[in-house]
Amino acid sequence: MFGKKVKSRILFISLLLFSLVLLTYIFFKALEDNVIYFKSPSEIKNISETEMKKKIRVGGMVKTDSIKSYPDYISFTITDFKSEINVTYSGSIPNLFSEGKGVVAEGILKDKNYFIASKILAKHDENYMPPNDKNLNNSNK
Amino acid sequence: MIFGNIGSILLISSLFFSIYLVLIILKDYRLVTDTISTKIYVLTFFQLTTIVLSFVFLIFSFISSDFSLASVYQNSHSTKPLFYKISGTWGNHEGSLLLWLLVLSLFLFLFIIQSKKDLKKYRLLTILFQNLIIIGFLIFVIKTSNPFLNLYPIPSEGLGLNPILQDPALAIHPPILYLGYVGSSIIFSSALAAMIEKYVNKIWATSIKIWIIISWVFLTIGIMLGSFWAYYELGWGGFWFWDPVENVSLMPWLTLTALLHSIIILEKRETFHSWTLILSIICFTLSMNGTFLVRSGILNSIHTFANDPTRGLYILIFLSILVFFSLIIFYLYQPEKETNTKFFLFSRETSILINNWFMVFFLIVVLIGTIYPLILEILNGSKISVGPPFFNILIIPFLISFLVFMTIGPRMNWINTENKSIIKKKLFHLLIVIIIFSPIFFYFNRANIINSLILILGIFLLLSLLNELKEFFIKNKKRNISKIISHMGFAILIISISLNNIFSIEIDTNLKVGDSYKFKKYELIFKNISGKVEKNYNSVIGKFILKDIKGNIFYLNPEIRVYEHPPMITSEASIKTKFFYDNYITMSNIQGGEYYNIRFQKKFMMIWIWISTLIIALGGLLRVFKK
Repeated sequence: MFGKKVKSRILFISLLLFSLVLLTYIFFKALEDNVIYFKSPSEIKNISETEMKKKIRVGGMVKTDSIKSYPDYISFTITDFKSEINVTYSGSIPNLFSEGKGVVAEGILKDKNYFIASKILAKHDENYMPPNDKNLNNSNK
Repeated sequence: MIFGNIGSILLISSLFFSIYLVLIILKDYRLVTDTISTKIYVLTFFQLTTIVLSFVFLIFSFISSDFSLASVYQNSHSTKPLFYKISGTWGNHEGSLLLWLLVLSLFLFLFIIQSKKDLKKYRLLTILFQNLIIIGFLIFVIKTSNPFLNLYPIPSEGLGLNPILQDPALAIHPPILYLGYVGSSIIFSSALAAMIEKYVNKIWATSIKIWIIISWVFLTIGIMLGSFWAYYELGWGGFWFWDPVENVSLMPWLTLTALLHSIIILEKRETFHSWTLILSIICFTLSMNGTFLVRSGILNSIHTFANDPTRGLYILIFLSILVFFSLIIFYLYQPEKETNTKFFLFSRETSILINNWFMVFFLIVVLIGTIYPLILEILNGSKISVGPPFFNILIIPFLISFLVFMTIGPRMNWINTENKSIIKKKLFHLLIVIIIFSPIFFYFNRANIINSLILILGIFLLLSLLNELKEFFIKNKKRNISKIISHMGFAILIISISLNNIFSIEIDTNLKVGDSYKFKKYELIFKNISGKVEKNYNSVIGKFILKDIKGNIFYLNPEIRVYEHPPMITSEASIKTKFFYDNYITMSNIQGGEYYNIRFQKKFMMIWIWISTLIIALGGLLRVFKK
């Protein structure tokens, strides 16, 4: 029906389309699995059930007098001055991590008041603020 | 004070030279002569000189701690060591843009000298486009990021340079990276010019190839320096984090690597005209895009400077105009379809095409992973980050087939003769290597098949290249030495990274002075801490002893430094480098208490990751000097 040239062209184009579709699928799957959402303690209070099982980042301020250290882990509270959440963490701690300073913790929620962090992000900037808190601080001034 | 005023005047006069240059070029373009007007040489020389002088004045202002300049006040301090006063010149937004500008005009000048044999109109248009980019940047620097802005009253002391930027590797990292980034501007300008003048052919390919190689060499070294710095200074102990700022430098690199290969086809076989041009345009767009993303402060990363939306906006508008015009030029002057060239399936062309597909694929992965969070935030306001697994999942499996192609492809001939038998022979060799090595690796590392496979393929690639090297030296066959060296560097890099992944150990624990911690075959003892007062910081030094089961003892002394200007605490990793591994330790204090958080890592093949990257660049460098 078709000439040899047309046939091979059709084959080529359909192969191309197929691999494009496949690639797009792989991309979105990989994105979906590896995207980490950033939440403030207030946002966590009304988080959905499905999101609770996923890895998230929580950002806010480390509450004053809340850091307690133990030989294999530390615990502290992250607050956005409206809500707060308790965090436990074992692992390396950035130097800029201290009470009254901004922090971003990555991990999994145990429940809506309790967060198990697997990483505390090192933001090497003394003025670093979690994105949500920028507005918050300005309004306080 | 005086330096600042002169600097401003120099920049403005440079702008005048550049605008005058545009007029001269347009006039000269209409003249029927073989050579370009000498006025162009003179004007580009003036343009370059004024920019270089303004940069020198800025360096002087930094050295003499002239705090009447806002950029010096914000980024320097009189007690800072001289070396870092100088490197502080480009360690900030304003100064680094002036450096961009300097390299832009330097490359324009070099291009004019280097391209003497080329077509006159093509040269003129390249100079014109490059000059338009320079004007854009000059206005940008003068309007939004003038390093010579005066402060009144004059502050008596500066705010200091961020201490993690006070580092030798980082002092030379920006200039080298910029040479790579900005080198792509010449490629961009000349691609547009060649398109308009129908000059996209063998001669153009040969003359622009040198610029591609130079940009690529500098970009490679620049990225390596940044990565090396992050390894020892940031205290995370890795060499690549898929941080957005790293990604924006990797994207032009991938494009340049693709271009480096496709230009060879254009040179040897006169095909892929449009594709090569598209790559040239993409490459500079990505370099500009990198500057935009880093400078605008959109990316939350260690590099973000003071956020100023107008700067980001300016670069974005400038970038859009450039892309828009290059697309129009591409649409109007697109090279005609190549009809006469026959394409062979099993040939060097195909293998280079495959290389380009892989590069573009890697590029798309990195691009999506980097800008997806930005797009999502604009679309629905959710704040997300894309984790390293995204990149690993999409890149590593494809690396396997990439390595196979990389071993076979370059051995192919241009026109199909015995290529099928070469492929068969190579695949047979591969099978043998896999059979021999597999049991060994599965014994050590049963869990991760992909990692072992990449390691085996890396070794296979290296062996194949060594064989080629042998043919060159012993059998005196004609071989492309710079290609072999660069590819060998890549093979060693792949081998080192996979060994690093397979064998590295990491522990994380909280210890008090006097504690000891046992893990695997090692014991780590926290002996004591001591204090030290330095010129611009105070530090706490921990003394650690690491014993292994064979009785080897290592002493490791990580530091916590407290800087005053600006007030900041940093961790200095203590690294003991051996031939096959690094011992790497960092400590940080937990809220002033008696516990210290200790992170110890044994990183395999670390030094080889840096060396192999330098070998990759060395291959390109040899090519430059061979000419």
